[in-house]
Amino acid sequence: MTVDKKYELRLYIAGKTAKSVAALQNLKKYCEEHLKGQYKIEVIDLLVQPQLAEGDQIFAIPTLVRKVPEPIRKIIGDLSNEEKVLVGLNIRPA
Amino acid sequence: MSKVQKKESTTIHHPTLAKTPTGINGLDEITGGGLPFGRPTLVCGDAGCGKTLMSLEFIVRGAIEFNEPGVFIAFEEKASELSANVASLGFDLDKLQAQKKIKIDHVHIDRAEIEETGEYDLDGLFIRLNYAIDSIGAKRVVLDTLENLFSGLNNQALLRAELRRLFHWLKDKGVTAIITGERGDGKLTRQGLEEYVSDCVILLDHRVINQISTRRLRIVKYRGTVHGTNEYPFLIDEDGISVLPVTSLKLEKPVSSDRVSSGIPALDKMLDEKGFFKGSSVLVSGTAGTGKTSIAAYFASETCRSGGRCIYFAFEESPRQIVRNMHSIGVDLQQYVDKDLLKFYASRPTLHGLEMHLVSMYKLIKQFKPKVVILDPITNLITVGSVSEVKSMLIRLIDFLQEEQITVMFTALTLNTIVSEQTDEGVSSLVDAWLLVRDIEYNGERNRGMYIMKSRGMKHSNQVREFVITDKGLDLVDVYLGPEGVLTGSAREAQILQEQTGEVLRDYATGRKDRGIMRKRKVLEAKISSLQTEFESVEEELNKTYQEEELIKQVAEKTRDEMTHLRREGKK
Repeated sequence: MTVDKKYELRLYIAGKTAKSVAALQNLKKYCEEHLKGQYKIEVIDLLVQPQLAEGDQIFAIPTLVRKVPEPIRKIIGDLSNEEKVLVGLNIRPA
Repeated sequence: MSKVQKKESTTIHHPTLAKTPTGINGLDEITGGGLPFGRPTLVCGDAGCGKTLMSLEFIVRGAIEFNEPGVFIAFEEKASELSANVASLGFDLDKLQAQKKIKIDHVHIDRAEIEETGEYDLDGLFIRLNYAIDSIGAKRVVLDTLENLFSGLNNQALLRAELRRLFHWLKDKGVTAIITGERGDGKLTRQGLEEYVSDCVILLDHRVINQISTRRLRIVKYRGTVHGTNEYPFLIDEDGISVLPVTSLKLEKPVSSDRVSSGIPALDKMLDEKGFFKGSSVLVSGTAGTGKTSIAAYFASETCRSGGRCIYFAFEESPRQIVRNMHSIGVDLQQYVDKDLLKFYASRPTLHGLEMHLVSMYKLIKQFKPKVVILDPITNLITVGSVSEVKSMLIRLIDFLQEEQITVMFTALTLNTIVSEQTDEGVSSLVDAWLLVRDIEYNGERNRGMYIMKSRGMKHSNQVREFVITDKGLDLVDVYLGPEGVLTGSAREAQILQEQTGEVLRDYATGRKDRGIMRKRKVLEAKISSLQTEFESVEEELNKTYQEEELIKQVAEKTRDEMTHLRREGKK
């Protein structure tokens, strides 16, 4: 599977909770496995920057937002199900 | 931060819940001051019943009237859509947002672009809400409609747990919140939100009966406070929501012994010479074409003439029609309309339900503050409600008007000519005065008779009067009570004529008799004077005799004396 575009991912968390930590770890793992060198992860802690929640329509924590490539996709939860995350990010066709 | 409580003037002061006034017409009266302060309130109802509007009005009025900033979290509509929707109500959301008085946050949940994997919570929502509240120092929060979360997310168990947490969080935050929820089958809300919001639940309802819709509001529960328990109709119009708190039926209204004139002097005369009591209710009933509207128009005109204001609710004719028609009997209502003393409010009864009529009347009366209210005719209202509904509506209207010391005149059409003790609406027992106008058909013509069926608290005439309508106006004429019964109209005129003829004849007869007596008297007087003369001559004759005799006597005596004297001299 070849992906030309670079992935811009944004992970919204609220403090260092178990779910947030798990989500970040899972995400990093999947990205390293499937998107090595093509991705950028931005972690936003809403406790620090609450004003950013509105822009990406965040209501659940943690939420992973795929900004690029379009269209925007969101995955909420601790990203524990690899299959779902990959399908959700359109890395692997459903 | 504690809220000033808007308590009604009750004599006993129990400590009650702190309340946040909503500013919505009437709602604060039902709830005894507003929504529970610092707690969430659930507003539920079917689609299109006004949940969003009510909650938005709560926020807007809070920001404008009570200087309490508010946050509106919209799950359904975008901020721009909301602004456009309520712009017609005069709410400028964009301006208020710019002034940091309100904040609208649209939470968009689209199932198509969301994937769920693993554990999550709704901290994002909490953070957004928290941020929104803190950024403007909000005291009021609306979540409209939370249930959208359920359609957007799969994990129901988690959602429920999070909602519970959300309501606790709102309470801890100390904001007064409204949560709206769509009504479900047999439950107040589809997702059972009422389980979480235990303090105050308001149910909105939009019912269509006989093709006429009525919006109603009911407070299902309100913990820790007394509240109205009935279903209250409410109205959405250009001023937002108006709830009609049905005024108390405690019969503790103030009464007045002031009088107001009916505008027809002869009618006032029948009513103890003074007219109706101020703040009383008057029913004018009669069959078609008996002049009920004319009586009402006279009353309206008289009220305005004396400087009072009057609202004329017309359910049959248009204002122009009434003005034109009344002109023909010499009543110029237009001048009072121009002077803003008289207000017509014409609507077809079928325009909306009874309760809606009541709400709109209530609103108008509150605004215009009239001295007199006229409803013409109440019978038409029956087309939109049953007899008992009309009655209950009128009871409430009368009650409200009496509280405001407004005199009200109803006209009612009776369908049969037989005067029954009960009018169609059964309001006759409620009203203070009941005038009955009825047809008297006699001698090939139809005339109007009027009498007072009842008039509480005053001496009133028990006479049937003939009610005449001429181009100069209305008047009441005494009917003729003759050996043939009650005569009206031309029969009365004829009778009067006949009486007048009799009078002339009688006058003539008397005159002749008088003259005869006069003549006789003259004759007698002449006789008396001739007798007098005769008597005088007889008397004189008699006197003459007496005098002659006296003279003779004197002469004789003198002669005798001389004779005696002479004889004595002779002897010497």
